[in-house]
Amino acid sequence: MSGRTADASRSITDQVTEVSLRRVGLYAVLVGLLAFYLSPIEAGLVTSLKTTAAFNETAPYVPPGLDGLTLAKWAEAFSLLQAGLVNSLILTIPATILSATLGSLAAYGLTKVDWKGQVGVYVLFIAGIFIPYQAVLVPLSEFWGQMFPLYEIGAPVWAAVPFLQEYHGHLLALIVTHTAYGVPICTLLFRSYYKDISDEIVEAARLDGASVASIYRKVILPLSVPMFAVTLIYQFTQVWNDLLFALIIIPSGSGSAAPVTLALVQLGSGVVTDFTIKMAGALVTALPTIIVYVLFGEQFAEGVAA
Amino acid sequence: MRSLLRGVKRLFTDDGGDATAGLDQADDGPTDTTVTDVGEPVPDGGVEAAAGPATAGDGEDSMLSRLRRSDFLGSLPFWLPPFLLMGFFVYGAIGWNLLISLTDMSGFTDPDYSNLDLQNYAQAFSDPGFINAAQNTFVLLVAFTLVCLVVGLLLAILVDQGIRFENTFRTIYLLPMSLSFVVTAQFWLWMYNFDNGMVNTLLRSVGVANPPQWIGDPQFVLTAVIIALVWQFSGYAMVVYLAALRAIPSAQFEAARVDGASTVRMYWRVIVPQLKSATISAMVVLMVFALKAFDFLYSLAGGYQPPSGSDILATKMVREAFNRGEWAYGSAIAIMLFLMALAVVAPYLTMQYRQGEL
Repeated sequence: MSGRTADASRSITDQVTEVSLRRVGLYAVLVGLLAFYLSPIEAGLVTSLKTTAAFNETAPYVPPGLDGLTLAKWAEAFSLLQAGLVNSLILTIPATILSATLGSLAAYGLTKVDWKGQVGVYVLFIAGIFIPYQAVLVPLSEFWGQMFPLYEIGAPVWAAVPFLQEYHGHLLALIVTHTAYGVPICTLLFRSYYKDISDEIVEAARLDGASVASIYRKVILPLSVPMFAVTLIYQFTQVWNDLLFALIIIPSGSGSAAPVTLALVQLGSGVVTDFTIKMAGALVTALPTIIVYVLFGEQFAEGVAA
Repeated sequence: MRSLLRGVKRLFTDDGGDATAGLDQADDGPTDTTVTDVGEPVPDGGVEAAAGPATAGDGEDSMLSRLRRSDFLGSLPFWLPPFLLMGFFVYGAIGWNLLISLTDMSGFTDPDYSNLDLQNYAQAFSDPGFINAAQNTFVLLVAFTLVCLVVGLLLAILVDQGIRFENTFRTIYLLPMSLSFVVTAQFWLWMYNFDNGMVNTLLRSVGVANPPQWIGDPQFVLTAVIIALVWQFSGYAMVVYLAALRAIPSAQFEAARVDGASTVRMYWRVIVPQLKSATISAMVVLMVFALKAFDFLYSLAGGYQPPSGSDILATKMVREAFNRGEWAYGSAIAIMLFLMALAVVAPYLTMQYRQGEL
C-alpha cells in the first residue's frame, strides 16, 4: 500500500523511524500468528518422532534429542493405515475426475448456451452445495444397504475380475456418492470461469456452423485446463478428507473397505492413548493433501475463494 | 422433469416478453422429442413454427434464432445427466428423508409409509437432549462464524500491507484448511491433553496452576472446539477478504491518508464498509462448515457420543439413527437441520440472484 508517502512537515528521519518501527511490529504480529497456525502441526510432528521414553520426558513442542529420535512410530502408523490409504486412493481419484468432468459439462450446458431457463436449473445445482449432509444420510444408507447393495449386486464381477473383492462394491458406492455430491461445487467453479470466457468466440464458432458439442470440444475444453486444475485439487482434498459418507455407507463389519480417515479415528486409542502413534498416523493421513496443497497452493486458494 | 422446467420457466416470465414467448414455444414443441433424440437440433416443423413469431425479421435473424432454439436441445446432454445424478442424491434423498421422518421407523423394521404423522417432531421438542444440542449448534454457529470473520479480516489486512514473503504467510495461514477434520481432531486432542498437551504446558509455564480439562470439561469443551475450528477455517475468511481488499482501488487508501485518517479509523470508516458482500458470502460458507463439524466431534470422541457439553444437532442426528437405530427420529432432526441451513442459504441465494451474480 502506498499510504506511506509524504508528510512534508516532518523530517525524513522521524518518518523512517516510525515506518520501520511499524514494520517491525507488523512482522512480529505476522510471525506470532504463524506460531498459532503451525503449533498444532509442529507439536504433532515432533511428538510423532519421539521414542516412548522421550515422549514422557520432554515438553510436547520440544523436538526429541538424538537418543530420543525414532521413525518407528511412522513405520507402525503407515503399516496400520496402509490398507486405508489404498482404499482412499481407489475411491478419491475416480470420484474427483468424475465430478470435475460432470461439473464442467453441466457448467457449459448452463452458461455458454443461449437458454433462458438455465439460471433456474443452476440455482438447483448451487443449493446442493449448501445442504447439510445429515439430511440425506438415512436415505443414503437405505439406498446403498437395502435397495441397491452394490457389493451384492456386483458379486459376479468381483468374483470374475482378479484383484476385485466384495468390499470394492462399497468403494464403488462411495465413488458414486462423492461424485453426486461433488457435482454442485464443481459446476459452480466451472460456471464462474466460463462466464468470463468471451461470448464472441462462442458466437463466431456458432456462426461457422459448429454444433454445441463441438464448441465444447474445440473451444471451451482447451480453455478449461487451468480450471480443471483448480477443481481437481479442491475436490481431491474434499473426498480424501471425508469421514461421514464412509462411516454411513461402509457397514461397521466391513473394515477392509475403510478409507484412511475411518481407520485413523481408532488409531492409537486404547486404555491409554498413544499420542506418538496417533500423531504419526494423522501426518501419514494428511500427507497426500499437504503435498497437493504445497505444490498447488494457488489453485487450492482459488478453489476455496470461489 | 417437465413440470420442474415449467416451474423454473415461470420464475422468469416477468423478464421480458419476446424471450419468454420464444421459450414457451420451444418448450412446447421440441422438448418432447428430446427424450428419444438427444443431441443435434430436431429438424422437424416444430422448430420452424416456434421460430416464426419470435423473430418476424429477415433471413439472417431467423437463422440465428433457430440456432439459439436448438441450443436448448444441444445443451441437454451436457447438463441433464449431472443434474439427474445430483438431483437424485440431493433432492430425491431429502424428499425420501422427509417421508421417513414422518414414519416411526426404528430398529430393523422397514419404514411403514402408510401411517404418517409429525410425532417425531413433537418428540424432539420435548427431548432435553435435542434442545441442548440445538443450543450448542446455535452457539457454535454464531461464535465460530464471528471469530473466523474477525480473525480472517485481521489476517487479510496484515497480509495486504505489502509485506515480504507474502505468499509464505498466506500459504501457512490457509494450510489447516487442506487437512481433514479427522486429522485436525487428532492434533487438537493432543494440544488439549490435560497432563502433557501444549496448551496446558504453556498455561502452567505462565503460572496457571489449575488449567482446565478442555475436552473433558463440559464448561470449556465448546470453546475448545470453536478455537480448533477457527484455527482450521480462518484462513478461508482471509482468502475471501484478501480478494475483496485487492478489488478496492488503492486511490481510496491514499485519499483517506491525505484526509489524515489514522490507520485504524481509515479501515473502519472507509474500507470495512466496502467488504459487506465478501462478509456475507464468507459468513454463509462458514456456517455451512460449522454445520459439518460432525466429522471433527466424531473423531475427537472416537465414536458417536461427543464429549459432554459439545453435542450438536449434526452429531445427535447421526447417533439417533446409526447408533441407536431411531431412524425416523434421526430423520426428523435432519430435516430441522436442513431447514436451519435453508434459512441461511435461501436469502443468500435470492440476493445473489437479484444482483445477477448467478
